[in-house]
Amino acid sequence: MLLSQLSAAASPLTQEQVQKLQGLVAELNPIQQAWVSGYLAANANTASLAGNVGATASAVEAAPLTILYGSQTGNAKSVASQLKSQAEARGLSVNLVNMADYKTSALKKEKFLAIAVSTYGEGEPPEDAEALHAFLGSKKAPKLEGVKVAVIGLGDTSYEFFCQTAKDFEQRLTKLGADVVYQRADLDVDYEEQATQWIAGALDVFEPDLKAQQQSQNNVVSMGLSAPVAQSQYTKQNPFAAELSVVQKITGRDSTKDVRHIEISLEGSDITYLPGDSLGVYFLNDEVLVDKVLAALEIDPETSVKIGSETLSVRTALIEKLELTQSYPGFVEKYAQATNNPQLLVLVEDKAALREYIEARQIFDVILQNPAKIAAQTLVECARKLQARLYSIASSQAEVEDEVHLTVGLVEFDAFGEKHFGGCSGYLANRAEEGVKVKVFSEHNDNFRLPANDETPVIMVGPGTGIAPFRAFLQERDAREASGDNWLFFGNPHFTQDFLYQVEIQGYVKSGLLNKVDLAFSRDQAQKIYVQDRLREQGAEVFAWLEKGAHFYVCGDANRMAKDVHQALIDIVKAHGGKDDEQAEQYLKDLRSQNRYQKDVY
Amino acid sequence: MSTDYKPNSKLDPNAKFADNERLKTQSNFLRGTIEADLKDQLTGGFTADNFQLIRFHGMYQQDDRDIRPERSKQKLEPLHNVMLRARMPGGIIKPQQWLAIDKFAQEKSMYGSIRLTTRQTFQFHGVLKPNIKEMHQMLNSVGIDSIATAGDVNRNVLCTTNPVESELHQEAYEWATKISEHLLPHTKAYAEIWLNGEKTETTEEPILGSTYLPRKFKTTVTIPPNNEVDVHANDLNFVAIADNGKLVGFNVLVGGGLAMTHGDVSTYPRKADDFGFIPLEHTLKIAEHVVSVQRDWGNRVNRKNAKTKYTLDAFGADAFKAEVEKRAGVKFEDSRAYEFTHRGDRFGWVEGIDGKHHLTLFIENGRILDYPDKLLKTGCRKIAEIHQGDFRMTANQNLIIAGVPAEQKVVIEQIAREHGLINDAHTNQRKNSMACVALPTCPLAMAEAERYLPDLVTQVEGLLEKHGVADDNIILRVVGCPNGCGRAMLAEVGLVGKGLGKYNVYLGGNRQGTRVPKLYLENVGEDVYLPALDELIGQWVSERQADECFGDFVIRKGIVAEVKVSKTDFHA
Repeated sequence: MLLSQLSAAASPLTQEQVQKLQGLVAELNPIQQAWVSGYLAANANTASLAGNVGATASAVEAAPLTILYGSQTGNAKSVASQLKSQAEARGLSVNLVNMADYKTSALKKEKFLAIAVSTYGEGEPPEDAEALHAFLGSKKAPKLEGVKVAVIGLGDTSYEFFCQTAKDFEQRLTKLGADVVYQRADLDVDYEEQATQWIAGALDVFEPDLKAQQQSQNNVVSMGLSAPVAQSQYTKQNPFAAELSVVQKITGRDSTKDVRHIEISLEGSDITYLPGDSLGVYFLNDEVLVDKVLAALEIDPETSVKIGSETLSVRTALIEKLELTQSYPGFVEKYAQATNNPQLLVLVEDKAALREYIEARQIFDVILQNPAKIAAQTLVECARKLQARLYSIASSQAEVEDEVHLTVGLVEFDAFGEKHFGGCSGYLANRAEEGVKVKVFSEHNDNFRLPANDETPVIMVGPGTGIAPFRAFLQERDAREASGDNWLFFGNPHFTQDFLYQVEIQGYVKSGLLNKVDLAFSRDQAQKIYVQDRLREQGAEVFAWLEKGAHFYVCGDANRMAKDVHQALIDIVKAHGGKDDEQAEQYLKDLRSQNRYQKDVY
Repeated sequence: MSTDYKPNSKLDPNAKFADNERLKTQSNFLRGTIEADLKDQLTGGFTADNFQLIRFHGMYQQDDRDIRPERSKQKLEPLHNVMLRARMPGGIIKPQQWLAIDKFAQEKSMYGSIRLTTRQTFQFHGVLKPNIKEMHQMLNSVGIDSIATAGDVNRNVLCTTNPVESELHQEAYEWATKISEHLLPHTKAYAEIWLNGEKTETTEEPILGSTYLPRKFKTTVTIPPNNEVDVHANDLNFVAIADNGKLVGFNVLVGGGLAMTHGDVSTYPRKADDFGFIPLEHTLKIAEHVVSVQRDWGNRVNRKNAKTKYTLDAFGADAFKAEVEKRAGVKFEDSRAYEFTHRGDRFGWVEGIDGKHHLTLFIENGRILDYPDKLLKTGCRKIAEIHQGDFRMTANQNLIIAGVPAEQKVVIEQIAREHGLINDAHTNQRKNSMACVALPTCPLAMAEAERYLPDLVTQVEGLLEKHGVADDNIILRVVGCPNGCGRAMLAEVGLVGKGLGKYNVYLGGNRQGTRVPKLYLENVGEDVYLPALDELIGQWVSERQADECFGDFVIRKGIVAEVKVSKTDFHA
């Protein structure tokens, strides 16, 4: 909505506030506007975290729908976010919280609870959900009689304990007296469609009660400030076709890794972002592989197919619309049935074997290794819609204005005698030429934000492409002339080849912006050294920084690095804070609840 | 400034000392903050003054210049590494030392090579910062160091390799070693930093002075008639005078040097002056005081005019000599007669008067590396594994397998042939051509040298063949910059890099290395100098006198004027 059309009636502002805002905005150029929008969003975010009684808080005395998510790969978080926006679209008051940041003391006040949680490994909760999961199963958990709950689980059917954590949550909540008002969904990796259905169904159930309660309290529910101020018209559903301006390899010629620095121009869009946000990027599948698939299946590339209400050639559909790289069990199941392939039909019955099978293959491989006579439309229906890939943004608009930068690791591996590339990274690194348009949207992430107070020190742990958001952080702190100390931990295999943004980091050290940098080049010596080892080496000082209020950020690999860093932190707090295991855990929990320990892991 | 430094009286007393003087003064006797830099993980390089100070420890910071632009785009710093130049007086290295450096080069250097150089030593190229201490400790474990092989000090002392007159060589070699030791810095900085030596305090440098020398200083011990060390490229030369095969003393030649700066006529290559004869017992005293006079009289304001050759021209050779005599308390006697007849190495087997056999191998560019078609480095290693004598690196960048008993000749020659260390197809022209390292590692290079030489030689071979003198040769030297490493300024044809593919062409040096050549073509490419050489070689072949070398011919014909006194003639 354009500000000039804004009226007090359509916003949570008074007429006077609207006029003041319009007056200010008229003086600002688009860059300044973007900055202000980010500033206000961050400000609102901190204000609510600090428990300030602002306009929003006072307006929502009635219990909102609290959506708790526990995510490992981002799927549960994505479903939770979708639930939030759908609920808001219905005019419902929502409180979206990462389980890791949720204060269990708030449980007693809850009346409406939606849980989106994934399952990790052999039926374990994701790290972010561990504490709440344990709390709900403990004697300390409060009675939850009358609380209306609905649970959605995310998982992978190729694992034995499929969606176990979601089942646990539902069972524990039920045991505490809560009412399950909508049937739990246990979703596989191709969850999107069913998730959308579940969200609609769940909200249908929640909506009347939530509305009745809100009306009885005669509250005006304000949506304005809970959403980012500068809500772009460009979204996941309606991405912006942005110019890809730079694709630059930033690992050395002898590196085992191919990491690209990507610059995309947002000129002509109203997309804004804050350090910590992600960019969704749509990509095109490899035409060569698509043609190979069509040839193998003896399908005329020009055959018309329908996707939803759209009619297009099967070739275009495969290139632009369908997931053909990231494999998942659902595809194999559908393809097995559609082609009546006896081996595949046997395979899909054995979840463990299926998991192994898809781990080694992209969807392209599944098709090319099992060619069959199949109708174009049937093929299209076997595959799920191509999903945008999310990348942590590596720039701050305070520095790069209407550009957005990414740090993209090219996914590549050899299999079946052929080089394989990741869908989006392969597109960006190998196939997209500078100057082409790529469809993008920004995804806000209020759970990964610089401290509002510029004096607050920050510790950033970002090995590999995990450096990306910290480049954004540093640009932002630099532009704001933030006086708080900055400490970076970075790691990668080799110093000479893999020191991402080395020259920039050297520059920041020289200028004094970066007060400390600790580097872990794992393969430069016989014994491997990782960021967590550097953290431990610097344990006393890390603890001292935490004690003086530092925020601690981790970005990068979720499976090992983030866990190892977490363990290192526990050890540090124990060693230098004189605490036992439980106290150390509590110390970190407190950091999280103060939003001082934030993760962006994948 | 140190108290022992007497400012050059001809200089403006208010002139500002060169910045290198400041950094030497502040270096705490060459320590600087090198140790802090070794711990700095952010960069593979050395910072500020340490970049210069590591030279005094025998290392230069370099980077792979071929990939500099690429890395800049990759937001990576240049691929910093160091080149190490070992201190090997007289170029003698033992087989077990060879095996150790072979292993290190293979495992811990980017280029995997052992580079023999004109300073009669070897260089490692491409050692990354985390491996530097290990490198020095490895060298130390086999009795090698790299103290003062670069920087404003007396560098590696050369000695004629002459394996034939073995007793004379042994004596000369011992003097080279003694001179090297005598003129070494006294600071223990090297051991402290690289060998984890005990921390000590240095309070003075009795010979070099607390701010060391104004500029690099090069010394040789030479056994005529071979001038392989090129005395005129060196600040101080002890020319061996023998009586019945027994060393009795030296003629002392002072003030040679080849470095110059393009476009700066105050710089020029200059031959050394003969100060006269001294008996053996005064050798170290004279060495010490040639150094001390240069230390005190050398120009510390303008580094381009700081070498001994300019001090001699500024004060007069007689004044310099008189000051040396005064300080040493020794009078130079009249020079004894000697003659240089050649500079090249004697390739193939020779038998020494001690009955041992010596095999001189031609190493193109001095680069010992395993090439796809010739495993030179493996060959040298295999020889080192069985060799009972020693290796001698020559000042022409070649290698002598010295001291081979008769019964091992066959097997050593067989290994050498199998690994391309002996190649009968190499022409005299190729064996008498030389290049410095230049690109991609040397930061000073303006043009290719080592990588260009093989191809250039092929072209010159073609010209000689065309004119019917395929077995003849011209001393040809190519250098990437005018700083002198490849001694192009004593060649018959010297190419000095100006820019990529562009060289200044100098003509008129002689076989013996006793004449400085003169500029013939400026800033030209192959398209100009190859046709020019073609024509000149044609003239030479048809008009030369008996045994007249190319360099003598171009002087006699007036194609270039003879440089007699460099200061006045070279730029005239």
